[in-house]
Amino acid sequence: MALSREQLAQRVAQELQDGYYVNLGIGIPTLVANYVPEGMEVMLQSENGLLGMGQFPSEAEIDADLINAGKQTVTMATGASIFDSAESFAMIRGGHVDLTVLGAFEVDVNGNIASYMIPGKLIKGMGGAMDLVAGADNIIVTMTHASKHGVSKLLSNCTLPLTGKGCIKKVLTDLAFIEIKNGKFYLLERAPGVSVEEIIALTEGELVIEGEIPEMTF
Amino acid sequence: MAGFDKVVSSYEEAMAGLEDNMTVIAGGFGLCGIPENLISEIKRKGTKGLTLVSNNCGVDDFGLGILLPDRQIKKIIASYVGENAEFERQMMNGELEVELTPQGTLAEKMRAGGAGIPAFYTATGYGTPVAEGKEEREFDGRHYILEPAIKGDFAIVKAWKADRYGNLVFRKTARNFNPLAATAGKITVVEVEEIVEPGELDPDHIHTPGIYVNRLILGSFEKRIEQRTVRNDA
Repeated sequence: MALSREQLAQRVAQELQDGYYVNLGIGIPTLVANYVPEGMEVMLQSENGLLGMGQFPSEAEIDADLINAGKQTVTMATGASIFDSAESFAMIRGGHVDLTVLGAFEVDVNGNIASYMIPGKLIKGMGGAMDLVAGADNIIVTMTHASKHGVSKLLSNCTLPLTGKGCIKKVLTDLAFIEIKNGKFYLLERAPGVSVEEIIALTEGELVIEGEIPEMTF
Repeated sequence: MAGFDKVVSSYEEAMAGLEDNMTVIAGGFGLCGIPENLISEIKRKGTKGLTLVSNNCGVDDFGLGILLPDRQIKKIIASYVGENAEFERQMMNGELEVELTPQGTLAEKMRAGGAGIPAFYTATGYGTPVAEGKEEREFDGRHYILEPAIKGDFAIVKAWKADRYGNLVFRKTARNFNPLAATAGKITVVEVEEIVEPGELDPDHIHTPGIYVNRLILGSFEKRIEQRTVRNDA
């Protein structure tokens, strides 16, 4: 079975460590905040200028001056800080954020990522994604392994305009957890009940299988 | 206005001197912390051919989006421009020039513009469409592109509180691009929710010193929320 959105978030959450500063992109990455392990302290960075993002507000707490990078109303966690956009991206570009999680349309064997534009169709802009992929060392891309029509999104070469070049090392899809190195994909884990053969069939870029591939555990 | 007193009494006075084809840098992120009344004044004036520098372009009927129907914006430099049907229509028809710029690069361009730094190298955008036509250079084995700074004929800014000298305090995430925009305008116009006398703000708590501010006006704000999100258990 392919992973649900919640399971994707749960698997990413297993990569968190106590004391991590984390930037979560819009969509599935945002859900990771719901699965921070008990007893672990993680601080969420929101690139519009908030370190220590809290949960969504109650009706009474709603404040138009307090939003996240997805423009949603939020609250501040205890110990939060506020800063301007240049300071926010100094943290990101200076490599101070411990883990970045974001979505993508395509990833390839050279660690290239395409996530912001489909020419002629979707032209909304990259927001902070280009800064995040260029500035962070520890990035997890979450995405579906293939399109609804079975077209692989793990490619030998990205076909869409790039968000970043050679910057992605880990990809979690609904089928597999994959590492990128030496110009190849390496299969690390598979979703429960998904066979190695199914993953091979839906991976267009070169995929290395070394030994027994364990199933993910939750 | 006398000495360091930056306060003006009308929006007309606040935006006096804005002419066709000028460059305007605006603070705000989405609809949060936008100088909503200064934008309305630009609409009322009918100034055309503007180059706007702003992270976003508002929505159809609020924020910078209200300058679209009368085609007042010639070009926009922004990082994210979704959520706006008229914007998309003008962009697709080639009526509106759009220079998509990574958010951190945009912030740094404003900062550099205000700080007298003509350009800077950044890894952001290397190997992407953003790098096209830009100088590339390697430092310690990493690739960087050269990004020019941005300066505006005007900067329009929303702050929370100010004293009459234009010392500014921002509130929560409404700070965003505002302090950077404030530094990068030849004429920086700030609208605020409260103006106090000099000396009433703690100098240690001032986010933007008054030296960057030319005009200051007291406004009242709608503060529209783009994505009203509440938690279920509350």
